[in-house]
This record gives sequence, C-alpha cells and structure tokens, in this order.
Amino acid sequence: MTRLSITKAYKMYVGGAFVRSESGRYFQVSANDKSATGADPETVNIPLGSRKDARDAVLAAKNAFDGWSARTAFNRGQILYRLAEMLESRRDELTASLQRAGLSAKDAEAEVGASVDRAIFYAGFCDKLTALLSSYNPVPGPHFDFSVPDPMGVIAVVAPAKPALLGLVSTILPIIAAGNTVVAIASKDDPRTAVLFCECLATSDLPGGVINVLTGDAKEIAPHLAKHREVAGIDAWTEDAELRAKLEAEGSDSVKRVTTHGTPVDLKWYDAADPQVGQGLGFLERFLETKTIWHPVGV
Amino acid sequence: MNHGTIHSSQASSTPGSSVVARPRPSFSGTTVDKVAIEERVGALAKRSIKKQAKVAGLKLTTSMIDLTTLEGKDTPGKVRALCAKARRPLASDPSIPACAAICVYPNMVPVAKEALAGSGVHIASVATAFPSGQSPLDIKLDDVRRAVDFGADEIDMVIDRGAMLSGDYAKVFDEIAATKEACGPAHLKVILETGELGTYDLVRRASEIGIAAGGDFIKTSTGKVQPAATPAVTLVMLECIRDHYLATGKKIGMKPAGGVRTAKQALHYLVIVKETLGDAWLTPDLFRFGASALLNDVLMQLEKERTGNYAASDDFSKE
Amino acid sequence: MDSANPFHASTGTAVPANATNGTSHGASVASGTSPGKPALDFGAAWEYAPAPEARDHVKIDPRYELFIGGKWQAPASGSYFPTINPSDESQLSEVAEANEADVDKAVKAARHAYEKTWSKMPGAERAKYIFRIARAMQEKARELAIVETLDGGKPIKESRDVDVPLASAHFFYHAGWADKLHYAFQGRKARPLGVAGQIIPWNFPLLMAAWKIAPALACGNTVVLKPAETTPLTALLLAKICQEAELPDGVVNIVTGAGKTGAALAGHGDVDKVAFTGSTGVGKRIQRAIAGSKKRLTLELGGKAANIVFADAPLDQAVEGVINGIYFNQGHVCCAGSRLLIEESVHDVFVAKLKDRLRTMRLGDPLDKNTDIGAINSRMQLDRIKELVASGEEEGLDRFSAPCELPSKGFWFPPTFFTGVAQTSRIAREEIFGPVLSILTFRTPDEAVEKANNTMYGLSAGVWTDKGAKIFWMAQKLRAGVIWGNTFNKLDPSSPFGGYKESGFGREGGRQGLASYVELDG
Repeated sequence: MTRLSITKAYKMYVGGAFVRSESGRYFQVSANDKSATGADPETVNIPLGSRKDARDAVLAAKNAFDGWSARTAFNRGQILYRLAEMLESRRDELTASLQRAGLSAKDAEAEVGASVDRAIFYAGFCDKLTALLSSYNPVPGPHFDFSVPDPMGVIAVVAPAKPALLGLVSTILPIIAAGNTVVAIASKDDPRTAVLFCECLATSDLPGGVINVLTGDAKEIAPHLAKHREVAGIDAWTEDAELRAKLEAEGSDSVKRVTTHGTPVDLKWYDAADPQVGQGLGFLERFLETKTIWHPVGV
Repeated sequence: MNHGTIHSSQASSTPGSSVVARPRPSFSGTTVDKVAIEERVGALAKRSIKKQAKVAGLKLTTSMIDLTTLEGKDTPGKVRALCAKARRPLASDPSIPACAAICVYPNMVPVAKEALAGSGVHIASVATAFPSGQSPLDIKLDDVRRAVDFGADEIDMVIDRGAMLSGDYAKVFDEIAATKEACGPAHLKVILETGELGTYDLVRRASEIGIAAGGDFIKTSTGKVQPAATPAVTLVMLECIRDHYLATGKKIGMKPAGGVRTAKQALHYLVIVKETLGDAWLTPDLFRFGASALLNDVLMQLEKERTGNYAASDDFSKE
Repeated sequence: MDSANPFHASTGTAVPANATNGTSHGASVASGTSPGKPALDFGAAWEYAPAPEARDHVKIDPRYELFIGGKWQAPASGSYFPTINPSDESQLSEVAEANEADVDKAVKAARHAYEKTWSKMPGAERAKYIFRIARAMQEKARELAIVETLDGGKPIKESRDVDVPLASAHFFYHAGWADKLHYAFQGRKARPLGVAGQIIPWNFPLLMAAWKIAPALACGNTVVLKPAETTPLTALLLAKICQEAELPDGVVNIVTGAGKTGAALAGHGDVDKVAFTGSTGVGKRIQRAIAGSKKRLTLELGGKAANIVFADAPLDQAVEGVINGIYFNQGHVCCAGSRLLIEESVHDVFVAKLKDRLRTMRLGDPLDKNTDIGAINSRMQLDRIKELVASGEEEGLDRFSAPCELPSKGFWFPPTFFTGVAQTSRIAREEIFGPVLSILTFRTPDEAVEKANNTMYGLSAGVWTDKGAKIFWMAQKLRAGVIWGNTFNKLDPSSPFGGYKESGFGREGGRQGLASYVELDG
C-alpha cells in the first residue's frame, strides 16, 4: 500500500515567520508537470496577500533595518554565503519545484545553479561595494571630505514573473547585500518555489524581517507599497506598463526612489560566459544613498 | 567638559619663589577649532573699512600703539627719538593722537621717563628675563621691581612656556601672581608667547591662567618668536577675555605684538575687537598694539586719506 | 613637584558640569538682559562707513529674450515679465515668458544639437568648451556677482566669494570629466541621456545653473534650462558667455518663465531627463507628472537640517557654524541648519552667545561689502516667513530677533531665533527658507540622533563636538546626504551633494554626480 504523504501549507514569509494572509484569502496553483508534485497534491493553496499583509511586512522590514544595516559588511557576506549553502543543499527540491511549474529538468537545474551562484556573487560583494562606490573628495581648503554609500531603508520589490527563482534572487539579494531590508512580491506564476526559497532563508542565519516575501497579486499589493511612506524605494519588474506608471506616480507622494523595468520574456538573467548579465554594481547601487561627510583638518 | 583646577601654591618648589595666596580658579575646558576660528577671522578681514571709518580707525590705532624697541643695540639716543615720535607721531598733523606707550628694556626706562615727562605716554618695560623667561623667579621678580623703580607704568612679563608645555600650570600661575605683586602700582601685561604654545587650546588655557593670576592685559608675543601675533590667536584670547568679563564683570586688556606691520592689518584687528568685545574695548586702556613698523604705515595711510595722494616712505621719520 | 603642593596640574581631573566654582564657559549669563549683569555693547563707538560695490560698469539690458538655438529669440507668447531688485523693489529689466511653443522650440534646438554635434563630439573637445565657459565666468566674476546681488538680494560678499567662484569651479571640475567618463564607472559603459530639462530655484541662481549645466554637458547631453522667475538675469548672462565661448548652437538653451514654463519643460515628450531643484511640493508634482514617461529624474528638494551642538564642542566656533548655517543667504538655503539641537547643559550659555553674535550682524544694502544679511528674495517668500514666525509666536515660543533697522523699501526680515521649540512645533517641522532658527534641546547622543532624524527631510546635518569618535558615530546614524562635522554649509564641485528621503534623490557633484546624466550598462 502506498503511503499517503503529508502535504505542506504554503505561507508567506514575514518577520522571520511563515504566515497566512490576514485576509484569509488564497489562490490555487496547479502543477504543470505532474511528475514533479513530490509530496504535494497537484493543486496547492497559496496565500493571496493583502494590503494589511503588506503593512505588516513593511513594519517587519523597518524593524529589521537598524540591526541589519549596522552589521559589518563581512557579517552580511557570511550570512549570504550561508544562504547559498542552504540553497545548494536543497537544490533537488528547488529544481523539482521549478519543474512542477513547467520548466524542463535541464532549465530548472540551470536556474537553481545560477541562483546559488548569484547568492555567492553578492555574498562576496558585501564588503567590496563600499570601496567601489566611495570617494575621497579633494575639496579645496583644510577639510577632510569623503562620500560613502549608505542603505536607504525598506525597499519593495515586484519580482519578475519569470524566472521565478532566479528573478527573485537576482533582485532582492543586491538590495540586502548593501544593508537594506526588503518586502518582495513573489512571482504569481510560481509562488511555491518562492516559498521554498524562504525556507532556505529561514535556516540561513538571516535575521527575521530582512527579507519578507508576500505571495499574491502585485497589481493589488504593490500600489499600497508605493504609497506606504515607510518604503524608501521600489524596484518593479513587470510587463504591466500601467502598473509601472502607477507605482511611479504613487511613489511621488513620499519622493520614493522608483525604478521600473519591463521584463520581456526573453530577458536574460544569467550567462555563464558573461558575468554582466543579470548582476552587477548597477543592481547594488540603485538603492544606496551617497552620504558625504566633511570635517576640518587642523590642530 | 574637561574642567581642571589650578590650585594656589603654598609651597612652590620653584627656586626663589615667594608664597602667594590667590583665589582658586578652574579651567573652563574650552577648546578651539583651528579651521573654524581661522575662517572667522578670515571673514572679519573682509570688512571693508573706508573713508571716515578708516581715518577714525587709524587714529584709534595710533593711540593704541606701544611703540617698541627691544634690541641689544638700543641706546639712549634711539629711545629718545622713539619717545619723540610717540608723543607727536606726525608733526604736520596735530589731530593724530600720541601713542599709548613706549615699550623698552628696563635699562632704557630712565631715558624714556625723562623723554616722556608730562606727555601722558606710558612707559612699558619688558621684564622677567625677557624674552625666554628662563631665569630663577627671584631674579625675574627683581627685574620687575627695578623696572618699576626706574619709572615703568606697565610691565610686560613672559610666562614660563616650558612649564606651560610640561603641564605645570601651577608654576605658570604662581609666577604670574608673584610678578603681579612685584609690579605694585604698575599694570601687568602677561606675554603668552603663543608662537611657542603650539595649539589654540593651549593659548586659551594660558589666557585663562594669565587672567586668573592677576594679569591686567594678556599679550600674544615677545616679537622674538615666529609666528608672533596673528588675528586668530588674538581672537582666541579676546574670547577668553569676553568670557571672563561676562562671568565676573572685570575687563582685561589685550595686546597683540609682533607681526602687525600695516594699517590694513591693524584695522582688521580693530574689526575683530569691535565684533567680539564691542565698544568698551575700543580704547588704549584695553587694547594695544605692540609694534614698531606699524606706526609709519598708519601715518602714510592717514596722509593718503587727508591729501588724496599716496605718500613716499621718506615722508615719515624713521627711528 | 611637591606632592603636598595643591597646585598639581590637573588637566584630566573631571569636575561635574554643574560645579559651582568654575568659570565654565564664562558667559553663563545672558548679556544685556538683566540690569547689573555684565553685558557687551555693540554700539557706535567706531562705525563702518558705507562700502557699496561699484556697479556703474555693469550694464543690464532693459529687456531679455529667450536663448534658443544659440540665438536670442522673442517669445511666441509675446509676453514679458519684470524682474526686480528685492532690496528696493525697483525694476531691473524685463524678460520673456516662454510658453509651450517656446519650450518646444528650445527642446527641438537641444535635440538637434544633441544629434548633430554634441553627442558626436569627442569628450576632449566638449571639455574645452566647458573650460572656456569656466574661464569666461572668472573674467566676468565681478559683473556676475553684482547682477546676482541686484536680482536676488543676497549680500555681495556672498555672491562675490561663494556663488560666482563656486559656479565657475563647477564648470572647471566637470570639464575635466568629459573625456574621462570611461574611468568613472568601474568598467561600465556610460552613454549620455539626450536632452535634459533643468529647472532651478532662486536662492543660488547662477550656482544652480552651473550645477545643472556643467555635468550635463560633460556627460554629452544638451540642456534646456529654466531659471526661477524672480532671478533670471545671471542665467541669461551665462547664456551670453556660452555664446561668446562659441558653444555650438542649441547645446545650452535658456527659457525664462514661471511655474507654467517649468511644467511645460518637465512634461515635454522629447525631454529625456528632468533635473529639478526647488521645493519638495513642486518636486513631488513633477515626479507624479512624469510617471510612466521613461524620463530620468533627479530631485534636489527641501530640508530641515539639524545642527547638533554637544557640550564638549568648541562653542564659539559652533556659534559661528550655527550663524553661518541658518543666516547665510538669509536662510534661503535648502541645506540650512534651521534646527539647532543643543545639549541641555549648555543651552543657556549658547543662547547668550548667539544673542551677542546676532547683535553684530549687519542687515542692509546687499551691495554693501559689509552687509551680512541682504534682502528676502521676494514678497511671496517674505510673507511665508512672516506667516511661520507668527505661528511660532502663537505657539508661545520665545522669539529673539537681531535689533536691525529694516529699510523702508524692499523685502526684509531680521535674523531671528526661537527658543523652547518642541519637535511638534510647525517651525520645527516645516521648511521656512528664511533667517529663522528653531532651538531645541537634547540630553544624550541617542536623543540627538532621534530628533535630528525625526523629519521627512534628509538633506544635511551638522555635528559639533571635540570628540572624534562621537563625530563618526553621529555621522553614521544621521540620515542625511551631507554631514558637516565641526563645520557647516561647505560645498564643492568635487563633493557629492543631495538628499535622503523627501529631500530628493540623485547627487550633484563628484564622481557620483555624473551618474545623474548617463545611462550605464550593467
């Protein structure tokens, strides 16, 4: 007799805990590849995040910011490296999840591998970016003057629909590498893999609240994040031009840093031969302030 | 705040010192930012002093000059000539006031006393083993008493910079206090020799000691060490005088000495005084310039204002 | 030294701050307030004579047209508006008011210049044009300073020593970048954006024009610049300098006008980049207006900077820093230190020092070289200042204004501060943009940081302390784009400037500032 498996309740990741939507709402995601359902049934229920969920996530991210941004860059790098280790250890599960969502085994494997590599890339970037983005400014007169990058605070991310895992990893890790905290809205096409990713986060020494992942409809949730005054910036990867414009407009009330990107399906997120693809300083720099400090020199 | 206390000595180890009992003042702990204070005097240097303000300022300057000669080669002849100039700086213009004082070595005081009799011009004498001060205290005090006996109205003493730099503030304080006693009726100017103190913080502290120990004036320099008076060091000392006045009601005088050579510089100093201490200090009773070359440049500028033409240096007497 | 000698040097001996025996910060009494206490008298014992800067060699045209495509062109609108001297309300000139058609013409000229000449020109050649502009500004420095002072009301010593030299320095600095952009972005390739629409305020008219134009040109963009309606003249003189430097036609275009002209420029469909310096309110409107347009945007907006003075600071220099921080340019400064946070233990001493210092400030003819406080830029701004000051008085806050005599004509406001201000007071939260300081107290460094950051703005902050470690701790905690430690209001083209939070985004100056005018790959 075959054993009946225990199914998992998929939850959003907020403040280091897995939570259902306060709204009680859910949406269903069915397996494209029925051979990859694993322990899950063919159809699973995913929380449909609400405005209040977004509010809770922002609060968690806000509360995590001071501690996270005050950690040493070395320590942030260590934690990101630990995350890569956790992703590596759950490669099979992540690969199966991507297959479940419709990727070929080869593509799924490649995406998971690229995601792990991306985590490594940013793990090693945490204690480099300051050197690359800082300057000593040769002002005339007896003053010591320098500029350093400084994280902005809470950044909201509308993760690309595809690739569901690599897109999420590529957009949120550079933001936290620099000391920001994140509220991300996962791909609605494959939220299940995002939740698996959050389970890796939960075991990676990352303090609760640094990364918060909501599932649901970006069109519904993101405008609330754009209007939320505690959110310093938004990085939106969506083909929905109307949503992009809306986020830019709503963000203006708090002079938010809003960057929007259309994501044509053929956008490349990884190329082993070209390290510029899908990663780099540009991703880091987007949500960093420059802080300039002056001090007289004299006895 | 970094407060420290100077305690009055009952048994100083300094050879030849006398026992003095003084009130026990404390340091304010005030520090000075070099760049900012230099910016401040730089900004005040940009005050544009024209026309009647310039004439008034230069006449005031003349009245504030301690016309100085402190050379090994000083002779009675040289001192008499200087005294004549101090009494009447420019024979052709009686509206130009006399200088505040003549400043000489003790040996020249009797000559100056005779030459200045009845003029109202004071006689200042340097003393206390000027300029280094590196002699036993009893010799320095004797130096003071003799200068006063010779007829000096004002004594310009030097502090023990070695003691100041080695942190022996008590010794500095004691010596000033003892010197003040030795002065009797003569006014005491305390020379800090700021060029040897190294920082504005120490200038501030030395100023506080000089005032607390009984100085009537504090003075920047001997003129024998570079840098001598600068606008910034003067401002540090003026701020100390101001704080003392506001705390006690007692007005202490200020004398920048050495390095003030031009009329323009002198007006800059007056601007600093005016905007730091106000009207009450714009008087020779409370502000002096220790200078020799300054007077002729001031006279030259006054002539230019009077005649509208630039003068030649030989238009003025050279002593 | 004899150990029995109570005279031991005790520099390190800490005495409680409330020790009663000390002359600690001697001025522990407010001078001039209670009879019998020693007070300084800043009277007329020696008065400075008037020292006005000669203006006879400076010629202001009775009328200025628009500068489009390298030519002076009458506006399609057909209308002109006067620009006045705010110190006496006399009319200096009249300038063209650009409407949408004029703006369109200017953008077309800029696009044409971008495509035909400027984007194709080697960086080294662009650099030489920008150097030429810098040099010409130096040569005309006196003229520029006088016109800046006449048109805007700021003291000549500021336009002469700050605005004009810094403006020229911005061109010099950025000229050198034009052929070195490939070094600036760590292996990433930089492309110009195209046509930049730039809108600048009235507080530093020429300097802001330089901040906007110089980096845009260095990076290969062409510009259409709209100066503020109350201070258009120096931008027009700069246009003349561009002409004399033989800058290719259309690379720099100047359109004068008010808010409508600015809106037309920001909203123009063929503008690739909008750069705005001005109020947070207008900045928000621009950001909303261009949403969905793919235009790049940088905003340099308002501020409510805290100038934090610790008890261990060099207090007399901190006084100067506070004075400079709030009264420089009549407080018409976005990064002005408009909130003084003073450690409670030295509050009384510090306020007494500030009062004495204010008594020496000289308000009057902006062209007089000894003037410290010039005219308020416009009647509108004066009304806003008065309204906010009235709100402070209604809240029952304690006001002190320098005893300056105000001229009968023109727009004037004496340097003023309020004590006893709470975080909730309007004058502690809203940008006044005038010579009005709000004084608050704090007890601990944590409290200072909390109060300093407790604002929607984040442009600048000042910290005064003699302790190095404290400066760096504070600098790390303060959420502001520029932190001045033991100094204030220092600006330089090599030093990135810009805000956090609602003070805007993007930087101006330095290597970092170039990013506002290029597209980067990767």
